[in-house]
Amino acid sequence: MRIDGIPASPGYAEGPLFDLDWPPAAYQDKANTTEERAALETAIGKAVSRLAALVDTADGDAAGILEFHIAMLEDDALSGPAFASIGSGQPADVAWRAALDGEIAGYDASDQDYFRARAADLRDIRDQVLRALSEDGEAAVPPGAILYGEDIAPTRFLETDWSKGGGIALKSGSTASHVAMLARSRGVPMVVGLGAAAAPLTGAALLDAEHGAIIVSPSPAEVETFRVSASSFADRQGAARTFLTEPAVTKAGTAVRVQVNIAYPSDVDGIDIATCDGVGLMRTEFLFGKTLPDEETQYQAYRKVLEWAGNKPVTIRTVDAGGDKPVPGLTVEETNPFLGLRGIRLSLARRDIFRVQIRALLRAAIHGNLKVMFPMIATPDEYSQAAALFAEEQAALAAQGVAHRLPPLGIMVEVPSVALAPEAFADVAFFSIGSNDLTQYVMAAARDNAAVAHLNSVHHPAVLRLIAAVAAFGRDTGIPVSLCGDAGGDPAAIPALLEAGLRDLSVAPAQLAMAKAAIAEAGV
Amino acid sequence: MSASAEATVLITHAVGLHARPSVKFTKLAKTFAAEVEVAVAANGPWFDAKSIVKVMAAKAPKGTLLHIRAKGDGASKAVEALVGLVQRDFDEGADHARSA
Repeated sequence: MRIDGIPASPGYAEGPLFDLDWPPAAYQDKANTTEERAALETAIGKAVSRLAALVDTADGDAAGILEFHIAMLEDDALSGPAFASIGSGQPADVAWRAALDGEIAGYDASDQDYFRARAADLRDIRDQVLRALSEDGEAAVPPGAILYGEDIAPTRFLETDWSKGGGIALKSGSTASHVAMLARSRGVPMVVGLGAAAAPLTGAALLDAEHGAIIVSPSPAEVETFRVSASSFADRQGAARTFLTEPAVTKAGTAVRVQVNIAYPSDVDGIDIATCDGVGLMRTEFLFGKTLPDEETQYQAYRKVLEWAGNKPVTIRTVDAGGDKPVPGLTVEETNPFLGLRGIRLSLARRDIFRVQIRALLRAAIHGNLKVMFPMIATPDEYSQAAALFAEEQAALAAQGVAHRLPPLGIMVEVPSVALAPEAFADVAFFSIGSNDLTQYVMAAARDNAAVAHLNSVHHPAVLRLIAAVAAFGRDTGIPVSLCGDAGGDPAAIPALLEAGLRDLSVAPAQLAMAKAAIAEAGV
Repeated sequence: MSASAEATVLITHAVGLHARPSVKFTKLAKTFAAEVEVAVAANGPWFDAKSIVKVMAAKAPKGTLLHIRAKGDGASKAVEALVGLVQRDFDEGADHARSA
C-alpha cells in the first residue's frame, strides 16, 4: 500500500515502522499539593538537564533549538499557570498539560508558518516534562526504523541514532519545522503530510522521501523498483555532494560565482542558500498570468525571495513579456514578435503597468540585497527612461512616507547593439548576459524553431567574441558582468564561457551541482 | 532614582524576534537591573523583555518596528544594548538567518 505525502528531506529508507504515538506510562498522583509542586519542579529540572547534556553533543542549528527549549523551560512565565493550577488542587501532569496546551493553541492559531511550526517545539517541551513526570522507560527505537506518527519532537530526533539509516514519516508535520531542518542538514529522509491511515500501519516499510511517499507491506516488485530509485539517488547525491556545498573554483584556482535562476518564488523552497551565491535571475513573468498582478501580490513575491536569500544578492528582471511569452492584456499581436514590442520596450509603452511593478520592487528592496535589471535594452535612452521611472516612483513613495530603497539598476545584454557598443552603457550598475536571446539575434535563428536549431549555438565564435568583449568592458570599467542564459549551466559550454572571461554564472537550481563540477574541471 | 529610556528598532533578522534570536534577546535583557519591556506598537501591549515566553508572544516578524523601554537602574544602557543586538541581526550570519 502506497501513501503519498510531501517530501521534507530527500532520501530513501527501508526498515520497520516504529509508532511514535504509543501512549506513555501514566503519572502517579502525589499525596498533597506540596508534593505535586515538587514533582513538577523536579521534572522541569530533569528535562532541562537532559537538554543541557544534549547541547554539548549538538552542532550549531541543533544546539540553538535546544537552548531555546531550555530558555522556555526556565522561564517562570511558562510554568506559572501550571503551579497556580496545582495550588488549586490539580495533579502536576494535568496542570502542566493544560498550561502548555494553552500556549500551543496560541501558536497553532497563527497565520504565519514560522509561528505555527513553533507549536511543535512547545509540544516537545510539554512532552519532555510529562515524560520526566511519569518516568516510564520508553520503547527503544530499533536501528534503521522508520519513525511514524502524528508529529515528532526535536529532542526525539536528536536522541535517535541515525547511523544505521532510518527515516521519518509523519501524518501531519511541516517542511518548515525544526525537525525538517535538522533532517535536511543530517540527510535523514523525511516525509510529512501523509494524513491519517485507514488502518494502523505496522511492519516493514519503504520511505521514498525524494518523491514523498511511504509504501507499507511492499510487494517484491515494489521493493525492487524502490532499491533502483534509492541507488540512483545515492549515485546522484554522491556526484553532486562533492561540489554542491563547496564554492566553485576551477582547476587553476580561479573562483567563479554561481547563482541560480528562478521562475517562481516557491522555487527557492527546495534550494539551500548556502549552495549558491544568490539569485542571478528571478523572472517575473509568472506574476503576469491571466490577469495583471497588483502591487501587493508582486511585493510579497519579491519579498519572499529576498528574505530567503538573506544578504546574498537577488537580481529581479522586470517583466519580459512579448516574444515567446505573450501576456493577455499586456502584449500585442505582432507578425514578428521576437523583433517587436517586448521586454523593456513593452514596459515603456505600458507605463501604468510598469509603475506598479516598480513600486513593488522599491518597497521589497528593504527586505534584502535586491538588484533590478531591464530586459531587451537596445539603447542607452531606454535605460535612462526606465531609471527615471524608478526615480519618480521613489520620490512618490518618499512623499507618502512608505518604506523603500532604490536598488542598483542594471541591464540584460541580449540585443547585439549593447554587446557591440557596451561603452554607451557606462553608467549602468551591472550587465547580465542573456545568452539565449543574444545567440538567436546574432545568428538570426529563432530559438523556438527546430529547423534552425543547429544555428542556435553559443559556441559560434561570433557569439563568444561578443561575450568576451562585454566581459572585458566590465573588467576595464569595474561594472560587474554575469551570464544567466542556459549556457551558464551547460557543462559543455562552461569552459568556453570562462575562457571568454566570465566569472559569474547563473544557472537553473537543478544544474547547480553539475555546473560547479564542470567549473572544477576547467583549466582557466 | 527612576531613570527611564525608550527606543525603536527595525527587526531585519529573517525570522524576526523568535526562537534563537529571542533567547539572545532575553539573556541580554536579564543582565540589566532595570525593568525592560518590548512592544510591537507604540501604545502596547508591553511584554516583559526578560521572559522568553512573553517575548515570543509578541510575535514580531522581520520588518517589525520593535519598541523597547526600560525603567530603573541602567535603563538607557539596557535599551542601547538591546537595540544594538537587534541591529546586528542578533549576531547571526546569513547562513543562520533562514534556518533559525
